[in-house]
Amino acid sequence: MILGADPLYADGHVGLVVVLFVVVKTIITFALLLVAVMLMIWFERKIIGDLQNRIGPNRAGPFGLLQTLADGVKLMIKEDIIPNRADRLMYRLAPYLVLLPAFLTFAVVPLSGNFAAGTDGVVKIFGHHTRLQLVDPPIGMLFVLAMGSIAVYGVLLAGWASGSKYPLLSGVRASAQMVSYEAALGLSVATVFLVTGHLTTSGIVSAQYTWSWNLWVTGLVPFIVFFVASLAEHARPPFDIIEAEQELTGGFNTEYSSFRFAIFYLAEFMNAITLSAIVVTLFLGGPNGWYPPGPEWIWGLVWFFGKLIALLYVLVWIRGTLPRLRYDQLMDLGWKLLIPLSLGWLLLLAAVRIGDDRNWNLFIVVPIVIAAMVVVGGLLAAAIRVGRSDRALAEVFE
Amino acid sequence: MGYLKGFLVSFAQQGKRRRVTTSYPEEKRAKPVRLHGRHVLNRYEDGMEKCIGCELCAGVCPARCIYVRGKDNDPDAPNSPGERFGFVYEINYLRCIHCDMCVEACPTEAITESKLFEFSFTNRTDAIYTRNELLVDEETGRPQQLPWEDWRDGEDLVTSQWMRATSPGGDADYEGRVAWQAERGYGVRAPEADQDTKDALETEPAFVHTEVRPDKAQEIFAASSREPRPWTPGDAVVDTDADRRRAEGDRRIAPGEQVVDE
Repeated sequence: MILGADPLYADGHVGLVVVLFVVVKTIITFALLLVAVMLMIWFERKIIGDLQNRIGPNRAGPFGLLQTLADGVKLMIKEDIIPNRADRLMYRLAPYLVLLPAFLTFAVVPLSGNFAAGTDGVVKIFGHHTRLQLVDPPIGMLFVLAMGSIAVYGVLLAGWASGSKYPLLSGVRASAQMVSYEAALGLSVATVFLVTGHLTTSGIVSAQYTWSWNLWVTGLVPFIVFFVASLAEHARPPFDIIEAEQELTGGFNTEYSSFRFAIFYLAEFMNAITLSAIVVTLFLGGPNGWYPPGPEWIWGLVWFFGKLIALLYVLVWIRGTLPRLRYDQLMDLGWKLLIPLSLGWLLLLAAVRIGDDRNWNLFIVVPIVIAAMVVVGGLLAAAIRVGRSDRALAEVFE
Repeated sequence: MGYLKGFLVSFAQQGKRRRVTTSYPEEKRAKPVRLHGRHVLNRYEDGMEKCIGCELCAGVCPARCIYVRGKDNDPDAPNSPGERFGFVYEINYLRCIHCDMCVEACPTEAITESKLFEFSFTNRTDAIYTRNELLVDEETGRPQQLPWEDWRDGEDLVTSQWMRATSPGGDADYEGRVAWQAERGYGVRAPEADQDTKDALETEPAFVHTEVRPDKAQEIFAASSREPRPWTPGDAVVDTDADRRRAEGDRRIAPGEQVVDE
């Protein structure tokens, strides 16, 4: 059973209260995410304004907090246009294919909980043991990766179904970009599996109790690779070539208007939040941290959202600093740097782990592995160089 | 680590008080000296209208937004010092592109442009400005303020800067020289200062002005190195001295130097 791991169903009896529990948790998670998205849009616009010597939204509500709401209302009352040449079914389906994965990914993130040894994040509410996350499927992170891949379909279908050339180009770019970065993403997550021995998000978080965060346990590199790859996976700047305004007018959502456009917009920022939440869960210890006296779940929430906001700030900072990558630069970064790097790091960690199990001397194992990686990396660099010079030569002969 | 240096650059921008944004309706930037706004019809110092109803402005208008009809002056109570005056004068601001061709065409400097562009009418009739609306006030020489126009303090003082900023024929030798007639309420207006003076006054780029400075333009004009003097026929039409000096390879006439008019 996909939902089996939640202690809420542990006694095998699913009564009215349990159903009610699930319904309330769903509503709270969804509402939380929506409010968070609203604040995130405001936050991003304010911070990026500050980074660019501007003011940012400051008219709707105090400090412009209600700007998102005003934008949303404006979009709702706009005319909803479906182009003549659009594939009507796919055109309508696509926004939801982008939005749903963003929400479903957030559903597996442990927002808080008591992760002290043995308790595994379970808290007791009204006499029922439960986790402070919507679901905790045994496949955990694989579910997250799967949802990330489904979101590609949304973008791809939106581009294809619009019956217009710019969105189509954008859809093609999206598929190429997201497929390229999936590998690096998966390989860096694999290091986390290797270190923590868990697939479930709650397991990964409890393995990081209190300060053994994967950020340093895995040695920083998987964190960076995962962070960069998820930026690309969710088409965040500087990897937003799928909506490169200068080239594609608006990218895959060019033909969309009104509510459907609002959904894309919502999903974009929801993705920013979920990707940060996943990074917090995988590498920054989730709700783990130093808890002052008091109920653990409150401090867990504080730690979780503190880390989340810090990471979101970094996202905005990156957006406000780096220019957009060119298509070939994007592919180069993904295939020639991130994938070899994450693969090599996975092998290094695996070697260290095996050496640890068999009581080998790590001072011998690590240098050997690093030497092997340097050799392989050198071969790769040589191959890239030869390929490049061949190409240059071919151009000369032409 | 060249990549990371950029992050510090953007990070350091935060919390700075200098912003490129102006909160528009509350605060406005100083308008550029040569901004083209809505027109005014000027008067001579004795209150007479400058317009003689020649229709050159209507003829030259590329948007065809000007409609003029001239009429003979009543000899006993003339509207203008000439034979005729602009009896009907209408500008349709739904069509006007503010190119200032009319200002260039006008032989009597009757029509000039103010710097007002913030006006929004709610019907087409309001968009057509008539002679009575375009004429400057008979006493003060200031443009009339219609209910839908957003004039700020001091903005109605500057109504003919484009003309005064531009040398005849675009010739740099005419920089800072008076080549125009007196106006009701102002007399002979000072020319725009030369480039060096303006550069000295503009200590910071225009985009960081955050407060309203309607006096800025006046300051630039007041700093002109030449004394305003009354216009006399023949002024600034031919400048033989400048021609001679240009022939000798001198591209500039020093500020303050007297140039002999023919």
